[in-house]
This record gives sequence, C-alpha cells and structure tokens, in this order.
Amino acid sequence: MKILVAIKRVIDANVKVRVKPDNSGVETANVKMSMNPFCEIAVEEAVRLKEKGIASEVVAVSIGNQQCQETLRTALALGADKAILVKTDDQLEPLAVSKVLKKVVEQEGPEMVLLGKQSIDGDNNQTGQMLGALLGWGQGTFASEVEVEDGKTKVTREIDGGLQTIELKLPAVVTTDLRLNEPRFASLPNIMKAKRKPLDEVALADLGVDTASRTETISVENPPERSEGIKVETVAELVDKLKNEAKVI
Amino acid sequence: MTTLVIAEHNNSELQASTYNAIAAAKQLSGETVLLVAGHDCQSVADQAAKAEGVDKVLLAQAAFLEHLLAEDVEKAVMAQEGDYSHILAPASTFGKNMMPRIAALLDVQQISDIISVESDDTFKRPVYAGNAIATVKSNDSKKVITVRATAFDSLATEGGSASIENVDAGTHTELSNYVGEELTESERPDLGTANVVVSGGRGMGNGENFEMLETLADKLGAAVGASRAAVDAGFVPNDYQVGQTGKIVAPELYIAVGISGAIQHLAGMKDSKVIVAINKDEEAPIFQVADYGLVEDLFKAIPELIEAL
Repeated sequence: MKILVAIKRVIDANVKVRVKPDNSGVETANVKMSMNPFCEIAVEEAVRLKEKGIASEVVAVSIGNQQCQETLRTALALGADKAILVKTDDQLEPLAVSKVLKKVVEQEGPEMVLLGKQSIDGDNNQTGQMLGALLGWGQGTFASEVEVEDGKTKVTREIDGGLQTIELKLPAVVTTDLRLNEPRFASLPNIMKAKRKPLDEVALADLGVDTASRTETISVENPPERSEGIKVETVAELVDKLKNEAKVI
Repeated sequence: MTTLVIAEHNNSELQASTYNAIAAAKQLSGETVLLVAGHDCQSVADQAAKAEGVDKVLLAQAAFLEHLLAEDVEKAVMAQEGDYSHILAPASTFGKNMMPRIAALLDVQQISDIISVESDDTFKRPVYAGNAIATVKSNDSKKVITVRATAFDSLATEGGSASIENVDAGTHTELSNYVGEELTESERPDLGTANVVVSGGRGMGNGENFEMLETLADKLGAAVGASRAAVDAGFVPNDYQVGQTGKIVAPELYIAVGISGAIQHLAGMKDSKVIVAINKDEEAPIFQVADYGLVEDLFKAIPELIEAL
C-alpha cells in the first residue's frame, strides 16, 4: 500500500520563540527551522512500514514556501520515496491544509495518511482529524503503536486515562504521538541519495482549493511572567514556607 | 444565539472538564445546551441537568456510542437539529480527537484550547508551547471551540434543573471499532484536577524510585505526574505526562522533582499557583519558574520531606 505523510516546517523545538515588539506574531527571521517533531515520527513510522514490507511507497507532502523543499529533502533522506511541495507563501490554517491534503490524497490514492498529532507552533491538533472527516475515513489519533493487517489497521492511542486500542478500516488517517517510535538520523549516503529522489512542485493556486483564512490574529503577546521565587536551604525551611507563607499544605 | 457543549463522560458520570467547558459557554451570549452522547448514560444526563449554567440537556444514547469514538461522536453531533452559534468541548484527548471532525464538516476553522473568552467571536489561546498568547477572532458564522479546563473555574455542580430531551444518536460508521483499553488505575486524585501534583523527571533514575513520589503524594493527597523524559524512559505510563503535548495542570501546589524544566514541560504546569522545584542542579531552568527552589539531591530531600509532613 501507498502511504502519504504530511509534514510541516516549523521553528525548531529548541529555539526560544520571541514575540515581535509590534505584537503581530513571533519572530521567524533568522530563526532555525526544522521538521515538526511529530511529523518526523510520522515519516519514521511510514518508512518502518515500508521496511516491514507493508508499505510499497512513501510519499511526503508539505505545504509552504520554497524553503519547505529542504524539509522535504530531509523526509527523502529518512526514507520517503517521493516528495510533493504545494507551494504558497501564505500561512494556511488547519482547515485549509486539510482541504489541500484531501486534494493530494485524491491524486495520489494512498491507503494511509500519516501526520503528526500537532505542530509545535500553532499547537492546534486539528489537521489529521479534519482530513479524516473530509475524506469520510476513520482516524487513529495520538498513536503509540500501529499494526497493519488484512486491509485494517490496529492503532493504540495515548488518551487521558491511559491507552486505547481501536481497529480502523483502510484507508485511514493516523496521527502520531511521542512514543510511537524514535526517528532515525539521516545518514550521509542517504542525504546524498535524497538529492536525486523526485520532488514535485505544484502551485497552491493550481489545486483550486479555497484556502482563505477564517480567523484573524488580533495580537500575539508574551504570557504573564512568573516572578522569580526564592531558594530555600533545607527541607524544614521548605515545609515551613509551604505551611506558613504559601499556605498550601 | 445558543451554545452546544459536548459532554465528556464515562457513561456513569460527567468528567470534571465538562464543567469547565460549561463555564466557558456561560461567558458567551445566549443559552447553553449540553449534549450527552453515550451508551446507557441516563445517570450522566441526570447529573448534567443539575449543573449551574445548563439550560437544556440532550441525551443521545446508542450502544455504538459506548466508547465515544470520534467518527461516531461526529455523526451524533451532526444529527442534532438545533441551530447552534457555538459548539464547545473540553480540550482533553476526547475533545481533541473528535472536535476537528465536526469543525471540518461544518466548514469552520476550529479555535483550539482557548484560555479566555474576550467576546462571542474573539478568544485567547496559547501557541508555541505557551510561549506566546494569541488573541484570535473567528469570522466563521459558527464557532467550534475546545476549552482548556484549567483556565475556566467550574460553576456549581448542583442546584440546576434543566430539562432532558432524548435525541437522535446518529448512525455507527463502522470506520472504526473499539478493541480495548488499558487505563491506569489509581486511588489518587485525577492529575488534571488535583489540588496538589507531585511530578518526577529523568532525575528519578528508574520506575521503582517513583514509589518515593507516590508516598509523598499520598501524604499530600496529591496526584503523580511526570516529565516527558520520565515517560519516554518508561518510568511511568503515558498518561502521567505533563506538558505541551501531554496534560495541562494548574494545581494549588506543584512539586517538580528531578525535572530540569524544558519549555515543553513548563507549558503544562506554569499556571500552577505555587511551584516547588527540587533538583540537585542549581542551573536547572525549572528554578526560574519555581516559587520555592531547593538545590538538593532528591534521594536525600524526598525522604526528609515525607518525614517532615
């Protein structure tokens, strides 16, 4: 079966983001960008399914500006066979992203779409579920284990109370949680090989999808700061402070 | 204008997060209708009818709704005929799982994880692991919203007398079927709603050492949480994780033990009222958000703390 993996380029997880002085957003100029960590897990899972002989082809897709090519090359170096860049300079909202992905699914015909459960910039946690609904497919979100057998996939999900296992008819959407796998590092030979793998570009406008924004960001501000506390020297002092100053025990 | 709140429950009682979502709904104009979709869950509807702020309860019962799978909840919600200006659910794994499906089918851009209601169309929500707070205005005709439970104090759970109406439960999609669950059994309070949380990190060294934190938690009537590092290392199950992509907690007292304080962890606990950090590394970033920091080996400090309480 063919697997489509959707990936997003985001500010690197280790960068301390800064709110712009005019409160219009966060600073993205000269900031290190990387593949969203949950998307990396999705690529890794797709590649493992291919290595197990379950997947026949892994196609990575990203929506964004020219620099997203770099992120797609990373996916190719990790083992994806082919990449598609849907080019736009606009920042699309999850609803628009899921509509674009639906179009790509219709063209590519995968039996599974793997995505990260959320991107670490917008923290929306929506795209996979929206795509599932638009396609009329089942979904296994927040996956920590994925098995594929007989036209079905069994997905173990990380939920608030523990773990839940469900069985989905294929085709289906699966979104990854942290414990699904530990992504590999791309080896140098694979990075070289990735340069020769196909990377198709399509202009967003050519897909005929309505991607207009439905929301306006009025402002982006720094969160309220916690005032720096004090250091205590001993456990006895800590207990005293908690009892008599903070009055929380 | 009428708001539909989708209840999170376990077929016998409402989850606390539902009351927080009702509280958010009350800050919007118009009436609040609560949808209880589930199986054999009349008791949940009875409980919901007593909640302050609920004007009407809709009860949609069907065997296939027992496990509240996203595809089936989607159908149950879409089967409702009322004209709702807002649809709300808690931003728990329940709400996160099913709500975007509803938004997509309504052709609405969902607003996730709101922490305040500014007006009927404008909301605040954290982005970038809580390192920025965005004020977002929705221009969709309907609003689909998930609510961060810790940001809205629940209203009274008793005293109301809303009517209960049986409604269409939709149809089973067969896209997805329940296989099983492994839920963490604990006598301790729920991590999301506990007044006190004791969390351990990589510094705990192994799973056995968490017993020490459990003893401490029991002394304090606390829930036990963990950092991602401790969960990834297999010390404790996934549902212990506090952070950007795990649980968001805001207890009266949060005690971080052997946790360095990565921004992703801070995102899940920095709204706690009082934060205590115990770590032998005095440079650990956790101390920057702690009200009380103790630079000490946790294996010395925790037994002492248990003794002192």
